[in-house]
Amino acid sequence: MGKILALLTLGATALLAAGGDAGVSGQRDLNISAVVMFFIFVGATLGITYWASKRTKTAKDFYTAGGGITGFQNGLAIAGDYMSAASFLGISGLVYLKGYDGLIYSIGFLVGWPVILFLISEQLRNLGKYTFADVASYRLRQRPIRTLAALGSIAVVTLYLIAQMVGSGKLIQVLFGLPYEFAVILVGVLMIAYVAVGGMLATTWVQVIKAVLLLSGATFMAIAVLMYFDFSPEALFSKAVDVHDSGLDIMTPGGLVSDPVSAISLGIALMFGTAGLPHILMRFFTVADAKEARKSVFFATGFIGYFYILTFIIGFGAIVLVSTNPEYIDAAKGVLIGGNNMAAIHLSHAVGGDLFLGFISAVAFATILAVVSGLTLAGASAISHDLYANVFAAGKVDEKTEMKVSKYATIAIGIVAIILGIAFEKQNIAFMVGLAFAIAASANFPILFLSIYWKKLTTRGAVIGGTLGLATAVILVIAGPIVWQQILGNEEALFPYKYPALFSVTVAFIGIWFFSITDNSADAKAEREKFEAQDIRCQTGIGAEGAVDH
Amino acid sequence: MDLDTVQKIKNNPKYQQLVSTRSKFAWKLAIVMLVIYYAFIMTIAFNPSALGASMSGGVTTVGIPVGVAIILIAFALTGIYTKRANTEFDGLTKEIKEELKKEQE
Repeated sequence: MGKILALLTLGATALLAAGGDAGVSGQRDLNISAVVMFFIFVGATLGITYWASKRTKTAKDFYTAGGGITGFQNGLAIAGDYMSAASFLGISGLVYLKGYDGLIYSIGFLVGWPVILFLISEQLRNLGKYTFADVASYRLRQRPIRTLAALGSIAVVTLYLIAQMVGSGKLIQVLFGLPYEFAVILVGVLMIAYVAVGGMLATTWVQVIKAVLLLSGATFMAIAVLMYFDFSPEALFSKAVDVHDSGLDIMTPGGLVSDPVSAISLGIALMFGTAGLPHILMRFFTVADAKEARKSVFFATGFIGYFYILTFIIGFGAIVLVSTNPEYIDAAKGVLIGGNNMAAIHLSHAVGGDLFLGFISAVAFATILAVVSGLTLAGASAISHDLYANVFAAGKVDEKTEMKVSKYATIAIGIVAIILGIAFEKQNIAFMVGLAFAIAASANFPILFLSIYWKKLTTRGAVIGGTLGLATAVILVIAGPIVWQQILGNEEALFPYKYPALFSVTVAFIGIWFFSITDNSADAKAEREKFEAQDIRCQTGIGAEGAVDH
Repeated sequence: MDLDTVQKIKNNPKYQQLVSTRSKFAWKLAIVMLVIYYAFIMTIAFNPSALGASMSGGVTTVGIPVGVAIILIAFALTGIYTKRANTEFDGLTKEIKEELKKEQE
């Protein structure tokens, strides 16, 4: 703990020193209120981490906060995982640029949640312990299934982490006037501290605090925008149509999802992808029982839906209040200072001055920290619980060693994230989150879903089908317009669609189905016979992991 | 769970009722959500001007209340499921567990 504080003091000095030579290449002058509020946040969260470390003694504490999180808290934490800086700034930026199209994205991100509640959440809670691989491998062979599930998790976590790290470096550069590398290292070090020292308990509370701050800040901004127009949305839209280059087009669906194949494919990626994100699935093991798991999704859906309505108002508010103010425009490039994703940040200054800009900047930073911590914990669990304890040591491992491995894994993931974050600074990373969702939808989700619902599933089917889904997703993203055309500079993409999920998810399901029904081995027979017992536990929770007292 | 217990629970009419009622209810709600979402997405793909039509003459288009309504419906559906599952289904589950306990004593 002392070491971390020393490191932070060092960071603070560098932070203030860096403020001196701000103004280079899109860097902002150091915003003192932002820095102060950020340090209050970091101080408070490190305090919580210290508190959590005293309560994190067993592997169960580390992975699931002892299973004692309430449905309401978990709902906030899930919403927090979902309301990343990318979605806060990205979606409000998209609304700022394209109007209505931003709402289409938000709706796609939201509608997966009810489906997760109806079909997956309580089943997951009743069958699992620490990771979703516990559920997938419940009646199948541990080693191959866990290896595949862990690789799927690590791939998703890594892609997501790179996207978050690069985004955070750039954001912090603009917001705080810090050098890119320093920002990435600061984020990496803090996330290692939260996760390695405080485990799931600290990670959850960091997420909850940030969710409350973000929701409050966004609410304030949306209300401030609506106040300008006497709470008449029509007046806000009408002014936005007047000043926006696209005019009335911002009120209708535009070219974002133009052909039906892309539309369906995006829908599948968002819906099934959400149900295959390891850091989200992990949250269902932090509550006591199926009842709390359901409540978690109910609250999460409410908070996320509310947040997306706010970002829509914020985007339109930015069209009216930010795009018309030369103070926020980079005249040379014709975009907002720091890029169009800064719409919400500039709006906070327009409605609340320096102090509120500081608050929203600090919240954006906090958002990044919280999201990368959740991702890191999910990645570390896949390494220590799935790969180390159950694949490498075949389940014969004591808890102390497993916890030690998970902490080393956390540190390793943190260092890898820092290195990749710096390496990818100048790369186009737009495809990474899309690829993460595609892998989650095509590898993790089909195995998880069929292991819960389909009696005839066998290890062979799951492994071959899941691998085919994973490979299809990766190949189609590389051959698609974003990587093959835009990044590699080829004239035409080999695969015409931006979102591969429609194809890769279909391949996965067909592959799993085919290689399961044709599997007549003795193992397959035994696996099918175990389904009834699994189903009873899944339906009733009899024999499920309970919460522990603290 | 031993095979005997599995058979006992499986033959319990309350368990059969729980499984069939809940899965019907859950799938019904999931299909409602999927139909609404894909109807929205298909409208965007095939007939975007339907959502671009003006509401009562102003600049506000039909798409705005439709979009907000989908968000509210999504939330409402989770509320409907959670309420019924946390009372009726959990009640049944509790009874099944208690019966099992009695039989085993």
